[in-house]
Amino acid sequence: MEQRSNALIRIAVPLTSLLQRFMYLGLILLAFGLMLFSKVDVMLVDRVRAEVTDAFAPILEALSRPLATVSDGMQIFQSLNIIRENNIFLKTENAHLMQWQAVARKLRAENLALQQLLGMVKDQNAIYTTARIIAGSGGALSNMLVVNSGEKNGIRKGQVVISDLGVIGRISEVSSRSSRVRLLTDINSRVPVLIENNRTRAIVAGNNAAGTKLIHLPQGARVTLNARIITSGHGGAFPPGLPVGIVSSVGDSEIKVQLFVDSSRLEYVRIADFGLDGLEDLLDLSIQKRSGLSKVGRQSAKK
Amino acid sequence: MRFAIWQKLDRLTRLFMPLALSFLLVILSVVQTPITGYAQISPVLALASIYHWVIYQPNLLPLFSVFILGLLQDLLTGTPVGLYTLVFLTVYGVALSQRRFLIGRSFIMYWFGFGVISLMASVESWMLASIWNWALLDFTALAFQFIISVSMFPPLAWVCLRWQQAFLPQDL
Repeated sequence: MEQRSNALIRIAVPLTSLLQRFMYLGLILLAFGLMLFSKVDVMLVDRVRAEVTDAFAPILEALSRPLATVSDGMQIFQSLNIIRENNIFLKTENAHLMQWQAVARKLRAENLALQQLLGMVKDQNAIYTTARIIAGSGGALSNMLVVNSGEKNGIRKGQVVISDLGVIGRISEVSSRSSRVRLLTDINSRVPVLIENNRTRAIVAGNNAAGTKLIHLPQGARVTLNARIITSGHGGAFPPGLPVGIVSSVGDSEIKVQLFVDSSRLEYVRIADFGLDGLEDLLDLSIQKRSGLSKVGRQSAKK
Repeated sequence: MRFAIWQKLDRLTRLFMPLALSFLLVILSVVQTPITGYAQISPVLALASIYHWVIYQPNLLPLFSVFILGLLQDLLTGTPVGLYTLVFLTVYGVALSQRRFLIGRSFIMYWFGFGVISLMASVESWMLASIWNWALLDFTALAFQFIISVSMFPPLAWVCLRWQQAFLPQDL
């Protein structure tokens, strides 16, 4: 009897180790397969990701609250320290801004009068939804945020995400309670922009790091340091005139853009529905990449 | 009889602890922290937990659970699906093969082992992400992420060790 069980062990031990090895190899291959598959069927992977995120949304939300409370408390403490300097600074800035207000009022009246004179078509007013950020990007390889509003709150794929300072990104996946925001810093993010002072068209491209770049500038375009960058509205994904950032360095090979919004410090974002749903499929960059520029051309021709 | 059931249940919960802790770390690593620039370099916390359990109690963190942990990390953080799954599996494999060398050594050695493995994990994830995006990605953020991961290892390992001493029977 003992001999038999010994023999069994003699066979079973290498067999299990072999099985383990096969399982290891199999799982590695499966992971590779998943990576390839996520390149092929972007829609399905996005859908699954949205659903899984949605399932974890309550936990993430619960966990993000205490952290936010602690940071709020710390901010109150810090701001008490510099309240006097802040006050002086704000008073001078207020005086300065009052002058700007007078100028802006005059220009607005003039603009309205001219628009009426020309019979200009007005842009549609946006509908805003405010959402809380419940998860950050979590690492160097992704530039995403998760917010706690979804389809139930009227969020749709492709809507623009902004804060009081400027553009943050746009909605890339939506499920019922949560949605995922692709930040401007993401490597797949491309936003058509204008350089404000000379109306030069360009594209702001992310590179997964802090430094976003200005690409596809026309030949001989002049870019000055600290020039403001705003969305151009070309392509119909973003409405024109939203602030994006300023030119932070002009080099021989690349022009860097400092974005107005630091997404890691945000707690709430505003999601704007500018009524640009008609071009939703255009927003999917993976589709855009695959079909090249022909689709963009076709869309603008349709317009 | 009833006592036996409770005992069984108790034992089962204790056995699931390593897995639960790893899951918790995956979820914690995506929670938004209001520190400037932290989101870019927030460490992959689950690596430390996987490394620890593979070295000390590999039977409590089976292979397929490492796969699932990686998949969850990918789905929640927004990295290409399969990327961290592969990285976690590699860490599992390498740590398991070096187990005899690392077990029972001084803490500094143990920490150094994690450093080497997590550097390997960083380089691997950078390569995979670069191939996936078909563009050379910036390594700076990953380098900082690696430094933070390594410096966060002692407290995480301490939690795991205490946990192990407090809840897990020694004769597993």
